Amino acid sequence: MRRREIRVLILRAPGTNCDGETVRAFRDLGVGVDVLHTQRVFKERNLEEYDILVFPGGFSYGDYVRSGAIWAKECEYHIGRDLEHFIDQGKAVLGICNGFQLLVEAGFLPGFEGKARYPQVALANNTTGGYQCRWVHLRHVNRGGCLLTSSLPRDALLRIPVAHGEGRFLLPREVEREYLRRLYENDQLVLRYTKPDGSYAEGEYPHNPNGAYHDIAGICNPEGNVLGLMPHPERAYFGWQLPDWTRCEEPPRYGDGRLILESIVKYVERRF
Amino acid sequence: MPSRYLARVYVSLKSGYSDPEGETTARALRGLGYGVEEVRVSKVYEVVFEAEDRREAGELVEEMCRRLLTNPTKDDYAYELREME
Repeated sequence: MRRREIRVLILRAPGTNCDGETVRAFRDLGVGVDVLHTQRVFKERNLEEYDILVFPGGFSYGDYVRSGAIWAKECEYHIGRDLEHFIDQGKAVLGICNGFQLLVEAGFLPGFEGKARYPQVALANNTTGGYQCRWVHLRHVNRGGCLLTSSLPRDALLRIPVAHGEGRFLLPREVEREYLRRLYENDQLVLRYTKPDGSYAEGEYPHNPNGAYHDIAGICNPEGNVLGLMPHPERAYFGWQLPDWTRCEEPPRYGDGRLILESIVKYVERRF
Repeated sequence: MPSRYLARVYVSLKSGYSDPEGETTARALRGLGYGVEEVRVSKVYEVVFEAEDRREAGELVEEMCRRLLTNPTKDDYAYELREME
């Protein structure tokens, strides 16, 4: 598939607020982008027209009940089957921050045996004193199983910001070791928080900004075409979004967030 | 003839997980001079709904808890149910 034929759907809902940056980033990559209100998609049931589906960041439905929970159940109720079909075809689904919370709450991630009826993991409130908005360092730890980040070198170090109050990745206590082993065996771990020198944060604040178990910042499904991450690649896409670009001798054209979004586009180019 | 029921649903973090809101509140209460050992924060939902009988009402509340009000990974829940006048 040629790049200009690729169509990206960015869903928005009451309270999402990162759709603008996400649109701008994908447009820069030369793909076609639509932003549609979630209610319109529930009515038109038109997911089939798209190759990449993005649930952007924000605070859908005021983060009431739990972040992403209400939007997740609503999507499950109205377009659950359509979403499963979209994923079964190998099309790309990306959830950023609130979008990651949605994919977890809807049972698409980690999705050990396909979509789960109830969430298998959680993104709980940060242990680090409320809302955290800061630049963090990440390591791409995936070995190739995540199709959406397959253009990124293994062990690539990235600098991308987070902005969330509920990003503490948790596994159920009683099966914590087993689930972590499955995440490794299925190659579902994608991003982990590190210190600036690239060593793992080991839970240390502010490198791990939320207290996430095993420094987990992003995971994918076993098939590798559904990716959820707490950091915001769309806020680290252009060089002028970086916090220190005015102090660079030659400001970089792009930030590290572009690597992730471009890798998703490249996957669709290759696959379809 | 369906009746109206009130369910008071308590959702709390499972023991073993750190509760930052509870820990911060406990520290604040200690700072005010109270000998507080621990605080755990729960959320309470008061849900008013209709059901044919008490058995169905219980089943519906269970379903609401599992489908939306809790994430079984980290949350426990309990509820009180009563028929309204």
